[in-house]
Amino acid sequence: MFRRLLSGDLPRSRVLACVLAVICLGLLFTPFVFPGARALNVAAKICTFVVLVSSFDLLLGYTGIISFAHTMFFGIGAYGVAIAITRMGPTWPAVAAGVGAALAVSLVLSLVIGLFSLRVKALYYAMITLAVATAFQTLASQLSDFTGGEDGLSFKVPELLSPGFSFSERPFLGVSLNGRLISYYLLAAATVALFLVMLRIVNSPFGRVLQAIRENAFRAEALGYRIVVYRTCSNVLSAAFATLAGALLALWLRYNGPDTSLSFEIMINILLMVVIGGMGTLYGAVLGATLFIVTENYLQDVMKLASHGFAGVPLLRDLVNPDRWLLWLGLLFILSVYRFPFGIVGKLRAKARRAT
Amino acid sequence: MSASSPTAPASDALPAIRPDRLPLLLIPVLALVALPLVKSFSTWVTLTFAGLAMGMIIFIIASGLTLVFGLMDVLNFGHGVFITLGAFLATAVLGTMTNWTGRDSLLFNLLAVLAAILVAVAVTGVVGLAFERVIIRPVYGQPLKQIMITMGGAIVGEELIKVVWGPQAIPLPLPVAFRGSILFGEAAVERYRLIAVVVGLIVFAAMFWVLVRTKIGLLIRAGVQDGEMVESLGYRIRRLFVGVFVTGAALAGLGGVLWGLYQQSVIPQMGELVIVLLFIVIIIGGMGSVGGCFIGALLVGLVSNYAGFLAPKVALFSNILLMVIVLLWRPEGLYPVGKR
Repeated sequence: MFRRLLSGDLPRSRVLACVLAVICLGLLFTPFVFPGARALNVAAKICTFVVLVSSFDLLLGYTGIISFAHTMFFGIGAYGVAIAITRMGPTWPAVAAGVGAALAVSLVLSLVIGLFSLRVKALYYAMITLAVATAFQTLASQLSDFTGGEDGLSFKVPELLSPGFSFSERPFLGVSLNGRLISYYLLAAATVALFLVMLRIVNSPFGRVLQAIRENAFRAEALGYRIVVYRTCSNVLSAAFATLAGALLALWLRYNGPDTSLSFEIMINILLMVVIGGMGTLYGAVLGATLFIVTENYLQDVMKLASHGFAGVPLLRDLVNPDRWLLWLGLLFILSVYRFPFGIVGKLRAKARRAT
Repeated sequence: MSASSPTAPASDALPAIRPDRLPLLLIPVLALVALPLVKSFSTWVTLTFAGLAMGMIIFIIASGLTLVFGLMDVLNFGHGVFITLGAFLATAVLGTMTNWTGRDSLLFNLLAVLAAILVAVAVTGVVGLAFERVIIRPVYGQPLKQIMITMGGAIVGEELIKVVWGPQAIPLPLPVAFRGSILFGEAAVERYRLIAVVVGLIVFAAMFWVLVRTKIGLLIRAGVQDGEMVESLGYRIRRLFVGVFVTGAALAGLGGVLWGLYQQSVIPQMGELVIVLLFIVIIIGGMGSVGGCFIGALLVGLVSNYAGFLAPKVALFSNILLMVIVLLWRPEGLYPVGKR
């Protein structure tokens, strides 16, 4: 049953299994174990990014394509929901319409970009997607009547999800049972469902072909697989999942703007998450996203302490300045690409293999 | 052709390749097309000069990128770091020389800027050497890793710059004698833009001379065409590549100084912001071609200035539009490089 749910792709390392279990349980009980809005926000962000990073891994880790337009699709999803709700009011049909329209736009865009540019080398594809993503970001901030420009859009969510809605007067285990809680668990459920679907995809015969293309495109072509078709399919699928992740993020934040979903920084962050966690395995995405977001939110506290400790040492003080957390993750990223190309998950699995 | 008899008079000279001058025409054509649209002649002169100045600076920055790609198939996503570093070094150097930059004397101002340029070129060159050794060398021939690792280098580089200079914008005022404009009839041309054009032309001429007239240049051009062949003739293309990479980094540093002065303030993200423009330029020019890069840079500079004046909303996309149009005409860029 469990094996079937995970599509036969088990963690294959006891440590990894434990870590994953801890992450899942942690996310499941966040509202009760870690009180306060901040912890819940971090947990929700981890959930959306697990979906987003997994969808990027589908492209980068499984198919071997590097795209810098992934946040574009993420943004399309978020803007789809935001715009639909602003126009049609906070109702479920509006959410459905927004998600549907966003999916359609993403589908067309990813198909066009894929068909036009996946024939060329990896480098060209990276450059073209970078240019397209930049143009899209400019477009989104320019069409301010539609997207709210740089300020973005704040909107209400359907009543069931709004903080004002409460389904029980009495708090349960010290947590008030309101719409936020429902939102969080819906988000978590959607994350699990989407993750399992992606796991199913990469472990299907189709996923095998993608990996074959990653390993040796020429040989895959010689075996009779049209690599352009497979690459485009992978591109479209990953765009669709990224769009859904964007929609989830917008519903959780009740806000969307260029900085929350479109910016190039997010793109870099996703890249870091995939590589540090482990390319070519979706569990890597879970690990990478969790590690990165927890670090982003809590490493700064640690660094603040360190920064106070080194207050007298000029350069060291600046190096551990809490604003410089990305420096350390960047170094970790470079180190991962060199020393363990399959990330933390690859390392754990290799250790487990050696042990047996 | 086994039929050709050995007794036939063999001519030593290879048939000359007809130089492809068509893309060169693009620049005057573009400028002439813009003239009736802009309507006022003096505005047109100002815009054209602004475009050329911007194009020259972009060319200085992008030339290293395109050569490095042509020679070793290495596309450096971290090239922007050298630009930022150059610009920040300029703020540091010019900041200490305020009594030279503040004086209304062209000579002293030029000396101060020259000092800034020398420091920037030297430091970015050394950093480029280290970057090549640490970041790029271990991942030769692995495009996917290369993209990621150079991206990582860009992140770390930017953060290190923030460690040294802080995350905020730093003003980089022009030296006194560089400020203001010169009037040609009714057309006002900013002095600094004139200087940028002159510097750009000098760099282009020097680079052209090295590439066309010297042996190293010959080897570089041959390496871009067919690296394996050059290696089999006994030249170490790796060493050549390191040299080109360092030069490219140093040129980016120089470009960073000019760009910083052009914008009159520098931010740690400036390299990252320019890199997309650089990619567009080298794609337009044909990856690996210096001549194409020159034309591409000027076109981008001119188009963004004309479009900025005529239709500011369109200007944000004008570069991508330009790239699409050029690629529709020549799918591999203006001057496609042999092996690709």
